[in-house]
Amino acid sequence: MEVVQLLLGGIASGCIYGLIALGFVLIYKATESVNFAQGDMMMLGAFITLQLTNTDYWNLPFWAAVPLAIAIMAVIGYGLEALVIRKLFGQPQFAVVILTIAIGFVLRFIAGFIWGHQPQSLETPFTGINLRFSGLVIGLDEVFVIGVTLVLTLGLYLFFAKTKLGIAMQAASQNQLAAYYMGVPVKLINGIIWAMAGGIAAVAGVMFAARGAIDPSMGLLGIKAFAAAVIGGFGSLPGALIGGLIIGIIEPFAARYGAPGYSQIAPYALMLLVLVLRPNGLFSQVQSKKV
Amino acid sequence: MRIHFKTKYDDDINLFEDGRKLFWYVLLVVLAILLPFIFDEYLLGEAVNVLIWAIAGMGLMILAGHTGQASLGHGAFLACGAYMEVWLQNKGVPFVLSLPLAGLFAGIVGAIIAIPALKMSGIYLAIATLAMGVIAEDVIILLEPYTGGIDGVYVEAFTLFGVEIDRYVSPDKFYWTCLGVVIIVTFGYANLLRSSTGRAFMAIRDSEISARAMGINVARFKTISFGLSCFVTGIAGGLLAHYMGAFNYEAFLILISIQLLLMIVVGGMGSIHGAFFGAAVVGFLPQLVTIVRETVTTVAIPGLDMGIFALILITIIVVEPTGLYGRWMKTRIWFELFPLARKDMFRRNKSYLKTERMK
Repeated sequence: MEVVQLLLGGIASGCIYGLIALGFVLIYKATESVNFAQGDMMMLGAFITLQLTNTDYWNLPFWAAVPLAIAIMAVIGYGLEALVIRKLFGQPQFAVVILTIAIGFVLRFIAGFIWGHQPQSLETPFTGINLRFSGLVIGLDEVFVIGVTLVLTLGLYLFFAKTKLGIAMQAASQNQLAAYYMGVPVKLINGIIWAMAGGIAAVAGVMFAARGAIDPSMGLLGIKAFAAAVIGGFGSLPGALIGGLIIGIIEPFAARYGAPGYSQIAPYALMLLVLVLRPNGLFSQVQSKKV
Repeated sequence: MRIHFKTKYDDDINLFEDGRKLFWYVLLVVLAILLPFIFDEYLLGEAVNVLIWAIAGMGLMILAGHTGQASLGHGAFLACGAYMEVWLQNKGVPFVLSLPLAGLFAGIVGAIIAIPALKMSGIYLAIATLAMGVIAEDVIILLEPYTGGIDGVYVEAFTLFGVEIDRYVSPDKFYWTCLGVVIIVTFGYANLLRSSTGRAFMAIRDSEISARAMGINVARFKTISFGLSCFVTGIAGGLLAHYMGAFNYEAFLILISIQLLLMIVVGGMGSIHGAFFGAAVVGFLPQLVTIVRETVTTVAIPGLDMGIFALILITIIVVEPTGLYGRWMKTRIWFELFPLARKDMFRRNKSYLKTERMK
């Protein structure tokens, strides 16, 4: 019974890692750059929702606040791409890495400035409600997290595989110039991708906030989500979810059965192991490199 | 403008282009030596901080700037050097030996880590080193017998050539020690760059496959680069240990590693000067920010200098990807050529993304 309980908690937190990783993968899949600020965007999304819905702030109903927060984060994501990231068009991957790290720092500073550095908790309709099945306790928030993540991953997967926009995004990532010649508006596509990543960050933020307190430095959770994305191979949406689940499940088990002090290392150690054995992730897509 | 007529092959790789350059660098060193007579104790402490960061920056520059292998976990090697230095000092090893040994320890650790890191490149390497940096924090706590765990360690004053040097009691002597190390490291680094090893590093940075085609053993030189880089960073760590006096794992959080990389980007990737420019920004920006803030409000704003640093970084990456040193070079060339400088002299070729994923 205890194992099942740990497993459930692990799956729920794994879904949150998966959601952040989904944001990485989305941007990587479409623009071949990695957004190191995804964790901080999640933090911002959580705080914007908190601002909208908490009774101490604007006290909007939760179900109105969440879509609003997603929309705001989408606008912020689009704005970031249009104002800053686009300037680095065609520059090496590494420049975008540094740039997004810096953006993350700025977002953290802004959030700390507006909402303070004390942990706060988001008021959600499903906090503290537990479902009981023959001795198992499942939080309603956990059910919600798992459901939303599955729906989002499936939706995004279909979006990339089936829709015109999704295929245009893949084309833009494979060869920007060729895609442009074929009539794909590459800049707009990049903007849309960042807007989507912003929206997903908001969802991830709300999910995370539903399960615990938030503070401006929670964006560092993004590092763990990197582990998820790397295990999944960075280019694959279902891979991101699987990677997130692996990390999420390993954590509580390492904490429960592992030696004290070693358990925090487990996710990173696993990721390093994956990188050593398969330097391009479990679901690798890189085959050869040209000069 | 000066025109250099190259009459010998050595002219291409001489440390100093001409006597004029040599003169300016000698002047800079003389000024640096005289600094304790100009600065008060507090500013001198900050200057030492800048020097130590510059060494650490040079360490990372070897790897990231000249070999093209970005590391987001170099704080771990800083920690290696710092803890090793403290351990050796407490064992009574003289400073002249303990500092190089601390660096050597970090270098060996780095070379070992290079073995798995060799297979990775680009974004995967960055993330793997990031994870290593995170793990390092936990490893420091786990290695409590050597590192003091959460409580940390404490290091006494050290003696160099019979003179006792303490950061607080004799800040000028400590400054001169650091300056000496900086000069040795810089000299070594500059010489490395004009050796075949240094050229191999740069070839690997510019194109790994081309380097391989030119007969460079990529794996070997990457390992050497990792080792040298970590050696220099470890030496910076050793000095940092004396600078901090007492410290624990919190001195080497992952943010320090990230800041180190951001610092050399601000300074200018791929140049020794860049490490110094970046270190000066990181060292003096908090003071500057505090002075400016106090003219507006007396309330402290937590995280303000990091926020402003990040904003400066964003501006630099967008406007001047070659960093402060690149800006300095361009300004200098503009004056040297005056009035012949052209607007598009430094225009970069536009390039478009092509995927490395082939599916």
